[in-house]
Amino acid sequence: MNDFLHDPLFGLALTIGAYAAARAIHRRVRWLHPILSSSAIILIVLGLLRFNIADYQSEIGMLTVLLGPATVALGVPIYKHRRLIRERMKSVFVSVLAGSVTGIASAALLVYIARGSHEVLLSMLPKSVSSPIGIEISRTLGGTPELSVMFSVVTGVLGGVAGPLFLRRAGLGDPVSFGLAMGGAAHGFGTARSLQESETAGSFSALAMGLSGIVTSILFIPLYLWLG
Amino acid sequence: MRGFAILLGFSLAGALLHDTLHLPLPGNVIGLLLFLAALFGKVVKLEWVEASADLLTGHLLLFFIPYVIGAAALIPFMGHNAVSIIVGVVGSTLAVLWVTGTVAAKTAPKSGEEARDERLSA
Repeated sequence: MNDFLHDPLFGLALTIGAYAAARAIHRRVRWLHPILSSSAIILIVLGLLRFNIADYQSEIGMLTVLLGPATVALGVPIYKHRRLIRERMKSVFVSVLAGSVTGIASAALLVYIARGSHEVLLSMLPKSVSSPIGIEISRTLGGTPELSVMFSVVTGVLGGVAGPLFLRRAGLGDPVSFGLAMGGAAHGFGTARSLQESETAGSFSALAMGLSGIVTSILFIPLYLWLG
Repeated sequence: MRGFAILLGFSLAGALLHDTLHLPLPGNVIGLLLFLAALFGKVVKLEWVEASADLLTGHLLLFFIPYVIGAAALIPFMGHNAVSIIVGVVGSTLAVLWVTGTVAAKTAPKSGEEARDERLSA
């Protein structure tokens, strides 16, 4: 029994099985995000087997390695939208830059005012970019990658659910502004939600998500030098 | 598999450059920039990588699961930081949504073909 559990195949099978099940559930229960249901399934199984989470994580190291090529792959949607980028170059770049600066500055300010710990502050700075980029920024800064993913996921769910309502109330319902705001604030979650809205909103959201990842990474360079 | 090998190669090149040159950009971002340069420079053809890239980005959530499990394990230890985390995430997310959307709306071309097309396709 123990030998079987400590075979890396167990962790991989559990994770991909839970992910496939979560996607099937999502087709019927639309409001339940697959990342939440798949994580719940894995946590329940690990709990029932009294399996150590650290052991589980070491078993599925291969999946985290694949984040590298998955991030590189984001270049394909950016390249595909190159004509749209050229048409709206100024608007796309200026709004994504403003949003990225706002994300870092407001997170730092709010956590500081609310007396959060240094670890929480550093880990929250890259929360608006998609996790593969946020994880590396957090690690380089000296934050905790797991915390950063948690903040990034909570940010994505919040932006995806409350974002459309908030943007319409603020009079920002046109597809370009809507997509750029959703992708810049809530990365993949915001892009998925924008695609439901319209094709135009979805493509601008994907663009903002990719660009904000690059812009945010570059904005962090002076911070590394300052904190390093 | 060719597309997957190309993506892995750029990812590895990014990690190598990050480690050897101590570049302050994350390795996977360097890999992404190199990959974009290769696409624009027509060194890599879109059709070589498209299927593999679509597969990876389509299942991006799968690669986050190990980190989400790690995050869930951290929740019981949040304790006194819970307030600052909620304030930071909610406040900052709304701020980014508002600033990005407002700047995009203000810098958009006010009239002209592009803007009209956008409204029609919406």
